[in-house]
Amino acid sequence: MRSPDLLRHAWTVASKDLLVEFRSRTGILSAAVFVVLVLMVFNFGRDPTAVSNVVLVPSILWVTFTFAAILALNRAFQLELENQALDGLLLAPIGRGSIYLGKLVANLLFVATVEVIGVPLVALFFNVEVWSHIGPLGGIIALATIGFVAIGTLFSAMTVRTRFAELLLPAVLLPFMILPLAWATLATTSVFAGRPLSEMAGWLKMLAGYDMVFVVLSLLLFPATVNE
Amino acid sequence: MTAIALLLLAGVYVRALVYTPVERLQGLAQKIYYLHVPAAVWAETAMIIVGIASTFYLFLKDPRLDRFAYASAEVGTVFAVLMLTTGPLWGKPIWGTWWTWDARLTLALFLFLLYVGYLLLRSAVADPSSRARFAAVLGICGMVLVPFVHFSVYLFRTLHPMPILLKPSPPSLPASMLTTLLMSLGVFTLLYVGFVTQRYALGSVSEPLEPMRGTDNA
Repeated sequence: MRSPDLLRHAWTVASKDLLVEFRSRTGILSAAVFVVLVLMVFNFGRDPTAVSNVVLVPSILWVTFTFAAILALNRAFQLELENQALDGLLLAPIGRGSIYLGKLVANLLFVATVEVIGVPLVALFFNVEVWSHIGPLGGIIALATIGFVAIGTLFSAMTVRTRFAELLLPAVLLPFMILPLAWATLATTSVFAGRPLSEMAGWLKMLAGYDMVFVVLSLLLFPATVNE
Repeated sequence: MTAIALLLLAGVYVRALVYTPVERLQGLAQKIYYLHVPAAVWAETAMIIVGIASTFYLFLKDPRLDRFAYASAEVGTVFAVLMLTTGPLWGKPIWGTWWTWDARLTLALFLFLLYVGYLLLRSAVADPSSRARFAAVLGICGMVLVPFVHFSVYLFRTLHPMPILLKPSPPSLPASMLTTLLMSLGVFTLLYVGFVTQRYALGSVSEPLEPMRGTDNA
């Protein structure tokens, strides 16, 4: 499997998924509506005299992104269930790795879109200063998202054909999401508290290490999930 | 084998309760350490063994390896439950609370959830070869997760006692307590081997019966 082909085929798979999504737009719209809903609930659930916004914002952000990611992951392989599209994909003259990478890229872009909508909305509704921290914040969000979407894409390939698929995916994915989520939330808390970058270096390193290990592992294990 | 291990477990109890000195600061509650630590050690190790067996399964496709991984996962679950119950039993008198969202406890909970996920996945897939493959994939991911879980403890300064045995400097336990702990660890090792062997034997007998039982075996 030569490298240029791997990436080119991956992009083909990704653009197919993105095109399907773009044409119907249901996924991104439901995710956006969900984001607004969560923000409203958090707003009503907060006592402004007891808790300041900056304290809540990291949790709000990450709850929203987690659910958006699960939504995206559930849909990822469901597309392929209709008309045995997965078999078609497997018969195509592309490597398994390209299928995985293509799905990964499409999922990442979906979740990234939700995040790009979510962050400004949070800044708006909760009146917190985001722009000045946008660099570290963007980095943390990117690293954590890659982490759980990478494993989630692998697992969704397995769970989609089981009973209780939508329930099983979060159940199986939970332990793998918690670590990057914990590190990301803690780092986000430091960002909003205005702490220097050196304080979160540990978590960022763990996130980066986690990403590298699990993206490679998922890439290697993916063929086992689809080959008979 | 299991019977011997259980007898030895009773022996360790006696030793721990009667012969080992009472720890100065914590009193009798500290004795639960002799159950909790080996259970925790084996809960983590069992997951790693599941991962190793799964890796070999993916290369060799031998169903016995899959059966072994499943046996190890079930036993690991039991030890994880033991760890999660003995922990709070210790925590209540010492910390004043059953549970905190302390890093190590949270991560222990997630080891347990990892096992539960593995068992759930196995029960959700009907076809034996798909089930074995998927379980193997999950097992390997679980095995890789364990070091991350283990080493995050060093990153988070926590309420949970820092490791006093497996750390860069020599163990700081007095000799008699160390002996009891090592004995307990030995007993748990035997327990693990005994349980896994029995579960494996059970699996090799029940697997051929599965098609007759029907698909509802959740």
